[in-house]
Amino acid sequence: MKKPYLRAKSAFSIDEYPDSASFTAGYLTTSNGGWRSLRPRPDASKCVMCGQCYLHCPDGTIYLDDATGSYAVDLDFCKGCGICARICKPRAIAMIPESAV
Amino acid sequence: MKNLDKNEYFFGHKACAGCGGALAVRIALKTLGERAVAVLPAGCMSAVGFNFPQLAFANNAIISTFAGTASMLTGIVSGLRARGETGFTAVGFAGDGGTADIGIQALSGAIDRNDDILYICYDNEAYMNTGVQKSSLTPFGARTTTTPAGDRIRGNIREKKRMFEIVAAHGISYAATASVGYLRDYVEKIRKAAAVRGAKYIHVLAPCPTGWGTGADETVELAAEAVDCGLFPLREFSDGKFRVTIRRTPNAGAIRAHLARQGRFRHLTEEDIEHVISLTAARSNHL
Amino acid sequence: MSGREFLSGNDAFAIGVCLARPRVISAYPITPQTVVVERLSEMAENGSLDVDFIHVESEHSALSCAIGASAAGVRTFTATSSQGLLYMAECLPYASGGRFPIVMMNANRSIALPWNIYGDQSDSLSQLASGWIQAYAQDAQEALDLALMSFYIAEHPKVSTPYMVNLDGFHLTHTYEVVDIPDDSLADEFLPPYRTDAGIDFNAPKNMAFSAGPGHNAAFKYRQHAAMLRVRDVVTEAEARFAGIFGRRYSGLTEAYMTGDADYIIVTLGAVSGLCRDAADALRARGVKAGVLRIRYMRPFPGDEIARELRGAKAAAVLEKDISVGNAGAVFTETAGVTDTPLSNYIGGLGGEDIAEADILEIFDDLRAGRGGVRFLGIKERIDEESR
Repeated sequence: MKKPYLRAKSAFSIDEYPDSASFTAGYLTTSNGGWRSLRPRPDASKCVMCGQCYLHCPDGTIYLDDATGSYAVDLDFCKGCGICARICKPRAIAMIPESAV
Repeated sequence: MKNLDKNEYFFGHKACAGCGGALAVRIALKTLGERAVAVLPAGCMSAVGFNFPQLAFANNAIISTFAGTASMLTGIVSGLRARGETGFTAVGFAGDGGTADIGIQALSGAIDRNDDILYICYDNEAYMNTGVQKSSLTPFGARTTTTPAGDRIRGNIREKKRMFEIVAAHGISYAATASVGYLRDYVEKIRKAAAVRGAKYIHVLAPCPTGWGTGADETVELAAEAVDCGLFPLREFSDGKFRVTIRRTPNAGAIRAHLARQGRFRHLTEEDIEHVISLTAARSNHL
Repeated sequence: MSGREFLSGNDAFAIGVCLARPRVISAYPITPQTVVVERLSEMAENGSLDVDFIHVESEHSALSCAIGASAAGVRTFTATSSQGLLYMAECLPYASGGRFPIVMMNANRSIALPWNIYGDQSDSLSQLASGWIQAYAQDAQEALDLALMSFYIAEHPKVSTPYMVNLDGFHLTHTYEVVDIPDDSLADEFLPPYRTDAGIDFNAPKNMAFSAGPGHNAAFKYRQHAAMLRVRDVVTEAEARFAGIFGRRYSGLTEAYMTGDADYIIVTLGAVSGLCRDAADALRARGVKAGVLRIRYMRPFPGDEIARELRGAKAAAVLEKDISVGNAGAVFTETAGVTDTPLSNYIGGLGGEDIAEADILEIFDDLRAGRGGVRFLGIKERIDEESR
């Protein structure tokens, strides 16, 4: 799966700036995880694999983890909005306070 | 929905948590795939998506002037064709103000020329990027920062502009309304639109937790509820004919409940709510 | 299409554009630019020009559309004038900041209010800070030649900056002269097809026309400014190449006429330059050392050239068709910044007002008499006295 990803280089010398307001697509230098006060915790045992959480995430942070065969959350970019937990019919996603993690 | 592109094309953006607009853009790009060229005018999605060196679009994407979404789309299609490119979709994502206010002239021109563009209006019903000011798609009664709710004026006193009908009146090749609460319907409409050569317009309701005064987790539910209570009918226009894609009879109780849960409508009087209910019923009869 | 023909400035320019083979043209009609877009539409219709001509619904869309086409990496042209230039003004720095090498013809015309369709330079001179290369043609031949050269310079990898060619409304756009039309194949030799890797790319996607916050913004502007300053050398290169192929020579950012030993010099731009040279000739015949410095490019500003040519003169005057209300003409203000030679300012030709040779001779008389300040041609009251 391809998506924009974090790059090591975020500072540029004057010679390194692009010569137009045009640059590599999907170039990220900061994450969004720090915005979160609640974190989604999927419970694979309750999950019916309907994929509604994945579809409805405004940030595209829920993905099918090939290793486990379950849905997982990219916590670097999840903002903790809770749409996934709310859309989940079997209530397989709990929103846990970050302070409790 | 199973064959939606697995890649994420709008990712790492700085939209507010629970942003309906971000969901509308993300799903549209997953539907259109890597050969979509996205044009976004000044507005929420460009502000949160392209701040060098944080660039959140994986596909070719460009910011246009606020008024220039449609005209830039036209230029891109023309330029890419001249270069010999085929099999791409030039797709615009403009907000309600960018579409129904400042961008309506360029949009009208592009539809009139039947340029081969897909224009998606993500409607969050006010100028959210600048701090929730009224647009011509702000619904009756809504409190915004420029239509404050007080004793003399009770929020926005004008009805929502009938943008879908305006677009259809051009005799456009394809137009539809959609909601991020009905993603399957939204995806189907994007697919239909992408298959049509000529100008296409999709108007997608995209709740804004910040501007609507609702919880970040309520976005999808609200978008579905707006359709279900009859406030936001899901429609299509093609071959010169209107069609309702998901039919819902307006329900006064459901409209009441829908308004009651949004901060922007909390000041409404019984009379105001009755007015919204009667407007909704009248428009539904018209369909 | 080669040969010699009796053409208006607009006709000549349209032929130059046709020879440059743009792939996309988007334009909206406005007097006195209309003939250019009509000719190009005819060329698109009869197949002599393989172009997608987009009939947009406004000038704002004309340039917005051109930016889109240029972002796709193809040669792009538009044309406008006056109110149209101002209506698209938002898109001007947008095109230059994005380094989209669009060429635009601007038929110089007065700006409302009062409404007026005739020529002056208030429109383009109000947009000097927009980041566009600005050239001013003096006759139809130069207009045609600039149409070709503008694409070469704008698209040059060292420049990649949009280029505005200015033709005095009516005085040049609608005046007929005999013009040499270059041979198609020679035009192709001079100007190869546009190739860039800066455009939309499906193999290496780009995010374009983005925001850059306080930490990064100045770097983009700095690089844009540096590219504009490189235009001087690229103009030299383009003109040498042009002379080699077509035999016609141009003189860079300015054109000096008998300035070397001149005591009194008029600095001006556009179609009125010929009249100024005639006046200088007449004065030379009477033993007065008069000269004329024609500014061909306002951006990049030819500060070095102006300073060099005015050095040693007793006095100089800037004659221009605009007024930056509350100060002086824009060309005067910029010229005053680069020379120590006593400098006065003559605002003339506003709203298409005729400038006669007698007016030019009067300016030289004023210079010889040591009269300075800012004066409006045809108005005997002096603004510096008026304001007291």
